[in-house]
Amino acid sequence: MKAYDLAELAIRNLRESVLRNSLTTVGISVGVASLVAMLSLGIGLQQMATRRLVRSGLFDTVVVTSRRDLRNFNRGEDAENAPDPAQSPVLDEPARQKLEHLPNVVEAYPDLRFITSFTFEDKPHLTMVAGIPSSYKTNDAFEGLQGSFFSSDTASEIILQKTFAADLLGKTQKPGREETPVTELAKPLLGREMTMRYAERVDTAAGAERADAGPGDAANYSIQSHELKLRIVGVTDLDPDSMRGTARARVLLPLKLVQSLHVVQPNAMRDTTQAASNVPTYSTVSVRVKNPAKIQSVEDAVKKLGFNTFSILDATRSMRRFFTVLDLFLGIFGSLALAVASIGIVNTLVMAILERRREIGILKAIGASDIDVKKLFFAEAGVMGAFGGALGVALGWAIGRVINLGTNIYLRRQDMAPEQIWFVPWWLVGSAVAFAIVVSLLSGLYPAARAARLDPVQALRYE
Amino acid sequence: MTTAIRTEDVCRHYAMGESLIRAVDGVSIEVPAGEFVALLGSSGSGKSSLLNLIAGLDRPTSGSVIVEGKDLAKLSREQLSGHRLHTVGMVFQSFNLIHNMTVIENVELPLRFAEVDRGERAGIARAALQRVGLAKRLNHRPSELSGGEQQRTALARALINRPKLLLADEPTGNLDSHTGTEIMNLIREFNESLGMTVVMVTHERALAEQYVERMIFLADGKLVDDQANAAAVVSRVQGGRA
Repeated sequence: MKAYDLAELAIRNLRESVLRNSLTTVGISVGVASLVAMLSLGIGLQQMATRRLVRSGLFDTVVVTSRRDLRNFNRGEDAENAPDPAQSPVLDEPARQKLEHLPNVVEAYPDLRFITSFTFEDKPHLTMVAGIPSSYKTNDAFEGLQGSFFSSDTASEIILQKTFAADLLGKTQKPGREETPVTELAKPLLGREMTMRYAERVDTAAGAERADAGPGDAANYSIQSHELKLRIVGVTDLDPDSMRGTARARVLLPLKLVQSLHVVQPNAMRDTTQAASNVPTYSTVSVRVKNPAKIQSVEDAVKKLGFNTFSILDATRSMRRFFTVLDLFLGIFGSLALAVASIGIVNTLVMAILERRREIGILKAIGASDIDVKKLFFAEAGVMGAFGGALGVALGWAIGRVINLGTNIYLRRQDMAPEQIWFVPWWLVGSAVAFAIVVSLLSGLYPAARAARLDPVQALRYE
Repeated sequence: MTTAIRTEDVCRHYAMGESLIRAVDGVSIEVPAGEFVALLGSSGSGKSSLLNLIAGLDRPTSGSVIVEGKDLAKLSREQLSGHRLHTVGMVFQSFNLIHNMTVIENVELPLRFAEVDRGERAGIARAALQRVGLAKRLNHRPSELSGGEQQRTALARALINRPKLLLADEPTGNLDSHTGTEIMNLIREFNESLGMTVVMVTHERALAEQYVERMIFLADGKLVDDQANAAAVVSRVQGGRA
């Protein structure tokens, strides 16, 4: 029998016992709905965690250092194979550009930080300053930012970390005392100006002009002190620089502004290459990768260029493993309802065989083969599975949405930002419907075989 | 004349508890192509069982049933369904129409199993229904038809795949005499105009004498008599001359 005839006859037969078949279909849809709801929550939670981690900048960033810097993160690693530090490449601006052009790299920005003094309301304050690229705007740490992010890459603007803001206002947190909320700290500071003193490195042409000067022989430079007025545009609650530990900055400036200031870097005096060249060199360059999965390949490519790398890749691996196990368990629990529904299909079809015994006899008498009869019952199971699957996906989607809505109402009441903890990807829609059809077909195996085996003479005698 | 049906010492025995029911017990007959034959006998004589064996609905316990040159005992289940689909058409006493299908859908059903395209099916079914005089009842359900109309629908369905054999099991058993005569006239018309071999099971000798060329009598599963029906042959010849 042709497929469209089969489908038509199956739907016609299902319409004959509308109530029973509808209830069976609803049973399947409840099973599929629980599966979809469970998995969509699992996927949603995984995406939320991944999103958070990606936005934290910890998992999509490879920190690159020069092998010349003997304080590297992973000095012990590959120590035997690594070239002599003195012969390894310099981490300078051309090297940064080379890193930026590696496959799967979004950006490579230098880590520019220095300790300097600020004057606010005539009082000096000493702290660590760091330049941050404009891509940090989407960083998780700026989610609770009071005020706004830098208006441009070169704006004379400043974002303060909460603890430094508290210092400026004389509200330094003391142990045992309640922390001042960031909103209260930001109010008197936003829009105010503060002055930054910094030491600019000024290359003098004298070295290069000397008759015996070699290429890049610009060892002469002087240091000039400057002041720059900066407007406070934001105060952050969280610490975007937390992975730096004690070297973390409490004042953030636009990266390009910092680069244009030519502030003397702590490594300038230590690094002999820097002393011999007017090309800026960096102690570390942060390489941002398209997605955490590409970290390893980028790390390998960076190492090939002769630099040291560091990333928190293993943490993402463990996280992915955790979510795979979680999804598996959620899927198993979700499938239990579908397993119960499959018993309903068997029951419905076996009942249908008993009721339609004579009809099966007639079909066989007029030429239907065992395979035709088997296919017909299979098709009926498949149609119930397809309808149940489609209905179940819609129901599961609705359940997930309601759970998401409820969670967000709760989060808002707790003064927390709303989250998307539920997500139904297209592959889940397709797989859930396909799974429902497969389970239904498997459930139809026994009834279909039983119907096909019926003796036509006996079946025709049945009243 | 070629042989349409030949049974050789065919038996169909059923075990019922400890006793053995000999529904068909060593019957040997030969039916030439185009003949109109009646299987006669009282209830339980084995006539329907023999018809089921010829139809390929059942398998013999022993012996052989050869229809159109094929030994049905040696065919697989799949081949037997092909035999029922293409070689024989069946009508029953209780019409055996599918109640949730319309007249035309019932008639089309064997064409679906024969994988005839949807576009062609309606035309073939309409022509068959026209032939049995039901052109105006295409979209009625069996429950909306009289007994005679239901049997006409069953006849149209039996003939839809142009089988060589028409097997009728008490085709007038549920009909009044007038309607029964109409149905028998139709069956005779198919036998004569299409050259179909017809085997009819009946317990009404008078009916058989009126229409068939040959009467085969069964009792307790055995063949007890096999005689030509001269009256019908004469009326047929006369009808042909007229």
